[in-house]
Amino acid sequence: MSEGERESEVRPVAPAGAPEQDPRIEGEKHPIVKMLALGAIASIIGVAVVLWIDWFPEPATTGADDIDLVYDVLLIASVPILVLVMAVVLYCVYKFRARPGDMRDGAPIHGNARLEVVWVTIPFILVSALAVYGWIVLDDLEAKQPNELKVNVTARQFTWGFGYPGEEVRSDTLVLPKDRPVEFRINTEDVIHSFWVPEFRLKSDAVPGLTTKIRLTPNRIGRYQVVCAELCGIGHSVMRQLVRVVEPSEFDSWLADQRAAAQEGQGS
Amino acid sequence: MTLTQRFIAPGWYRAFIGAALMFLVGMGIVVGARAAYGWDPLFQWDAIITVGGLVAAPFGSLIGIGCFDYWFYWAAGRPTRPEDHSGHGARSWKDYFRVNTDHKVIGIQYIVTTFFFFIAGGLMAMVMRAELAQPGTQFVDPNTFNGLFSVHASLMIFLFIIPVFAGIANYVIPLMIGAPDMAFPRLNALSYWMLPAAGVMMMASFFAEGGAFATGWTAYAPLSTETPLGQQFFTVGVQFAGASSIATALNFLVTIITMRAPGMTFWRMPLLVWANFTTSLLVVIATPFIAGSQFFVLLDRSLGTHFFTPGQGGDVLMYQHVFWFYSHPAVYIMMLPGFGIVSEVISTNSRKPVFGYRMMAFSLVAIVILGFTVWAHHMFVSGMFSWLRVPMMITTMLIAVPTGIKIFSWLATLWRGVIHLRTPMLFALGFITMFTLGGISGIMLAVIPFTIHVSDTYFIVAHIHYVLFGGSVFTIFAGIYHWFPKMTGRMYDETLGKLHFWLSFVFFNLTFGPMHFVGIDGMPRRVADYAEQFAAWNAVISISAFLFGASFLIFLYNMIASWRHGPAAAANPWRANSIEWQVSSPPPLFNFDEIPTVVGGPYEYGVPGAVHAVFKEKAPAAVPAPAGGGGAPPPVQ
Repeated sequence: MSEGERESEVRPVAPAGAPEQDPRIEGEKHPIVKMLALGAIASIIGVAVVLWIDWFPEPATTGADDIDLVYDVLLIASVPILVLVMAVVLYCVYKFRARPGDMRDGAPIHGNARLEVVWVTIPFILVSALAVYGWIVLDDLEAKQPNELKVNVTARQFTWGFGYPGEEVRSDTLVLPKDRPVEFRINTEDVIHSFWVPEFRLKSDAVPGLTTKIRLTPNRIGRYQVVCAELCGIGHSVMRQLVRVVEPSEFDSWLADQRAAAQEGQGS
Repeated sequence: MTLTQRFIAPGWYRAFIGAALMFLVGMGIVVGARAAYGWDPLFQWDAIITVGGLVAAPFGSLIGIGCFDYWFYWAAGRPTRPEDHSGHGARSWKDYFRVNTDHKVIGIQYIVTTFFFFIAGGLMAMVMRAELAQPGTQFVDPNTFNGLFSVHASLMIFLFIIPVFAGIANYVIPLMIGAPDMAFPRLNALSYWMLPAAGVMMMASFFAEGGAFATGWTAYAPLSTETPLGQQFFTVGVQFAGASSIATALNFLVTIITMRAPGMTFWRMPLLVWANFTTSLLVVIATPFIAGSQFFVLLDRSLGTHFFTPGQGGDVLMYQHVFWFYSHPAVYIMMLPGFGIVSEVISTNSRKPVFGYRMMAFSLVAIVILGFTVWAHHMFVSGMFSWLRVPMMITTMLIAVPTGIKIFSWLATLWRGVIHLRTPMLFALGFITMFTLGGISGIMLAVIPFTIHVSDTYFIVAHIHYVLFGGSVFTIFAGIYHWFPKMTGRMYDETLGKLHFWLSFVFFNLTFGPMHFVGIDGMPRRVADYAEQFAAWNAVISISAFLFGASFLIFLYNMIASWRHGPAAAANPWRANSIEWQVSSPPPLFNFDEIPTVVGGPYEYGVPGAVHAVFKEKAPAAVPAPAGGGGAPPPVQ
């Protein structure tokens, strides 16, 4: 707040009782302390509850834990803010509620420069820190890995096709070896789709005219679903296909079988 | 009135005739052009419906109903009807169905019309929740389902939230700043009458061949350039809604800049006026971008241009950039007027000045500026150039700072107030908590690694409904209840109002809260069907949604019954300071029998001797000018 505003807030008549900066109510010691204590307890309970909730599907890539941790950090930062706002609202309603027929006015407080600086500065620092943290995690997630397996993903209304370049193999099922970094190159033959395996956490649109890329390393054997996340027409909600993460040896033999089947198909 | 006179006079008969005639003109253009090129078939109905039905006919109906009469007379050099003010005020309910230039009548027209579309959009949501109550297909096929959520969102955004704020502001702003009307009353009437055209068009798309537009309200190309005829109803409908929006915003800007009462400096304006001033800036700057994006789609569809065909030099991502360059600021277009309403309601019902008035106004301006720098956070997984994501993340998070200023200042306004928990106050407090929650999930969505997982999931559906329902719509309810006595001259039923709030608040959370869970757990948005694992939560969501929908009936009954039979309202039932409460309820035909003089800030509750405005017959000099609210002269000794 500007200096001028402070001056303009000097009122011709001072209200009886506490000076403007003092939020205390006459005859009562530090209601803020009481409120802060209650708020802190409520925040701790709130944080415990939201961390206890099992939000995500089972993680199945090396990056998934980092992303889940980002969410936990966001929750820990957010819950106290929500609790603070709700605590002040509830406390004010409880403490300052008008009695029937109450014609009084409230305390004519026009502002408080120090308080306003505080609630500009703290959120600014908080969101800046979160942004830096988010950027670091993002860079780690997208870093190029050695020995990447390349997989071409081709979306069309309303199926996915997966190709393994250099192997002449095309498949309707996405099969990936455990613990080997993969780079997906995503294309579409018609409209925009979005390649998403919730257990992998990562997602990228398939855009006409572009090849988009994502990198990840599956680290848990299992069967998952690749889900289309961008509205693509009538069949959007059923555009789901199987993903299998298998042992590297199983992957190699699967690839060999597919190659043989493909060559047979060409030969006949 | 003879039959011929009835058909010549502006009104509904002439509107239907005008629409029919203009449809024939449009059809003639299409058929004539096709004949000239020798194309077959001559009657290509998609083109005829687009040109004749969607573009020409609405103009015909606007001309017919009388929006352009004055200008036509003037342009033709004929004597314009002398302004006898016959177009002012409403004497019976029928006057609300005519072109009227009174801002109070137009305000009510806006509000009632937009609530009609709110109900229509809400019923569509009920059908969607019925379909989603369990996995599989029960009631509607996937194409209809996609149409339902697309029309639902379009109606809620373009025909409810944006225009209902314009309606409330239309009624209240001229009264608040001490003006007899808006700056351009005839433009104001035209702005209103374009809305029903847009809304009817969007709803009529269900009857188009191939069903309603089914590409979401975002209408991403190239899906939107390939889908059946229904898409045209959106593409053209948005133009009418957008034109209405821009014209109203210009009207507000000119009104607020030029028509403030003597003494009403910018720093003595109530925050609702500030909010609508800043919103109007956003509308005027941003709305042409969505008009552009939809014109590109229209041209691609109808004239065979290639804006969005990659093989032909088009660029698919360009659509998203242009679209979101409007549609992110549109989020603030849908929120800033609500901020204004909440400032009025909280200050009045806490009997306290708004805490940090100037910072409240500056934070609105900051949101306007920052609001234009964050659009690509909707595109974190779109495949756009990757470096742009990080600056967009940072600006998106920074916008939390001015928003935080507002939240904290409202809290500080409550502090040591004398709080009257009337219905509008309940909705304002509900807004603060729900909007904080929606804002927090917004911060989360700014963090790219998290968004990559949850974008296009039900987490987004939860977030937008916390921001737009728990945020905007709660403020709309607060505003409607707050100014209901002023608008109708009658009091609403407080008990029913409170019941409406509590049921809305509880079932709103039960409906949209669980969507956070299913979204993070892997349920994509905009799906007619989903995996078995989400069945339990979706059943809960659907049941809550039906009860949530039912709670609206209480509001509807309260409004209708109170408007007809409610007890008469006093001029100033809330003992508020701003000028609209200093005139009778409802206000006189020209608002003020004498123009008020503003002598102090609008929120000087509890300041001894403070007055916001005085009317002529009182001597202004006798009143000590209070400080605060800024810009006030030094205290008179």
